[in-house]
Amino acid sequence: MPMFTHDKIERHTGLMVVLILVVISFGGMVQILPLFSDREVTEPIEGMTPLTALELEGRDVYIREGCHVCHTQKIRALRTEVERYGHYSVAGEFVWDHPFMWGSKRTGPDLARVGGRYSDDWQLQHLYDPRSLVPESNMPAYPWLFNREVNTRHTARKLQVLRRLGVPYTDEQIETAADDVAGYTEAEALVAYLQTLGTAIPRR
Amino acid sequence: MSTGWSLFVIVVTFGMLIGFTWLVLNTRRIQDPDGGSKLNDHEFDGITELDSPMPEWFSFMFLASIAFAVLYLALYPGLGNFPGLLGWSATGALELDQRRAESRHAPLFQRYLRTPVEELAQDPQAVRTGQRLFGNYCAQCHGSAAQGAPGFPNLTDGLWSWGGEPAQIRATLVNGRQAAMPAWGPVLGEDGVADTTEYVLALASRDHDAEAAERGAEHYQQLCVACHGPEGRGNTALGAGDLTTGVYLYGGSRETIATTLRQGRNGVMPAQRDLLDEARIHILTAYVYGLPARHGAPEPQ
Repeated sequence: MPMFTHDKIERHTGLMVVLILVVISFGGMVQILPLFSDREVTEPIEGMTPLTALELEGRDVYIREGCHVCHTQKIRALRTEVERYGHYSVAGEFVWDHPFMWGSKRTGPDLARVGGRYSDDWQLQHLYDPRSLVPESNMPAYPWLFNREVNTRHTARKLQVLRRLGVPYTDEQIETAADDVAGYTEAEALVAYLQTLGTAIPRR
Repeated sequence: MSTGWSLFVIVVTFGMLIGFTWLVLNTRRIQDPDGGSKLNDHEFDGITELDSPMPEWFSFMFLASIAFAVLYLALYPGLGNFPGLLGWSATGALELDQRRAESRHAPLFQRYLRTPVEELAQDPQAVRTGQRLFGNYCAQCHGSAAQGAPGFPNLTDGLWSWGGEPAQIRATLVNGRQAAMPAWGPVLGEDGVADTTEYVLALASRDHDAEAAERGAEHYQQLCVACHGPEGRGNTALGAGDLTTGVYLYGGSRETIATTLRQGRNGVMPAQRDLLDEARIHILTAYVYGLPARHGAPEPQ
């Protein structure tokens, strides 16, 4: 006589829920738990520095404008991607990203290593009017970023929260955060952020 | 992954597989040999339901997929630190792919490397290769047809900010360029900017106010001559534009020229040395070198 039959499970919904959870949790345990103690996944790559206050505000503009909807920040280990974008992304590059900006769809190109690829002037002009530089582009223009200054009210708080999440900001950085970003336009902050992307690893 | 976690993964994974096997075997019911099926014990208005066992082939599929999992985990990485019998890894597969592509391209690229730029620029195959590279590395700023945009030079017109000889183009690609036109607004004042603008127009024989241009000439001889030269012919060593051609990197309207004078310009060409290897730099140099001729630009004087 079997210990329990389908019949018994199907007639006891509670038991079925518990058993499903048990089965799923095994998969989770195997796939997720070991990662918490894996150095390759939890420690930053050598030479990486946290985003400055201005770059962080730029990241928030990136999120607010939904850049991650059309741009990924993750180069897969495939020859075609490495040839086009540079060295494939590694886990250590993202340990300070809260949240990470991997994205899931490429309407535009991947931006994981766009830092330094184009000049600041190009980035600014391209945000203001993409088609003035790339006539074939279908990217929207973001002219309003140029007449809005970065809101400094929460800058220090953002750094504090990130420090609590493990990003090594110094007291001094937090103290001067608001002053560091004061007077910059949102476009300048965004470009400052873009110019950092993927620069901790040699590109080829 | 530490040995402990590795063991944990292996034990839990095999535990799961064994558990599944046990579950499938244990709950499997064989069809009654006499062909009859049992009835369920519920009945509504005389309607009853058969309680037939799962078809054999279905539980066989379960077992087959478990067998597949075991085979897969033996061949590919999945069990903690065990690399799998095939030794496959994502980065290994990438490197293999890259080596294959490299060996496919190598003979071609070696031939390109042995060919001087002037000659390579005439080679239709090299031009096609160059066009692909240009599309990925250069077109964002210079345009896919290399016609440029305000602030980003047109490469087809035979006018070169930093020089159009192969060695100069190569240096531009490898090291990048940083132009530095200072902002003269504070020095010249608004009147000075307006006068100098007229002189800049005069240099290209365009419509200008002769009286203002005369005053502007004095400013020019003081401030601009060092880079743009006494006759305004520019200097490719400094990226100073030739002001006699009537072609302007940032636009040639009166207002734009005045803005350039007032605010200065600091165009940047990013260095490509981290992105491109020697062969690709060479191909791109040849591609860019040949652009004006292919677009029918007049020979430079």
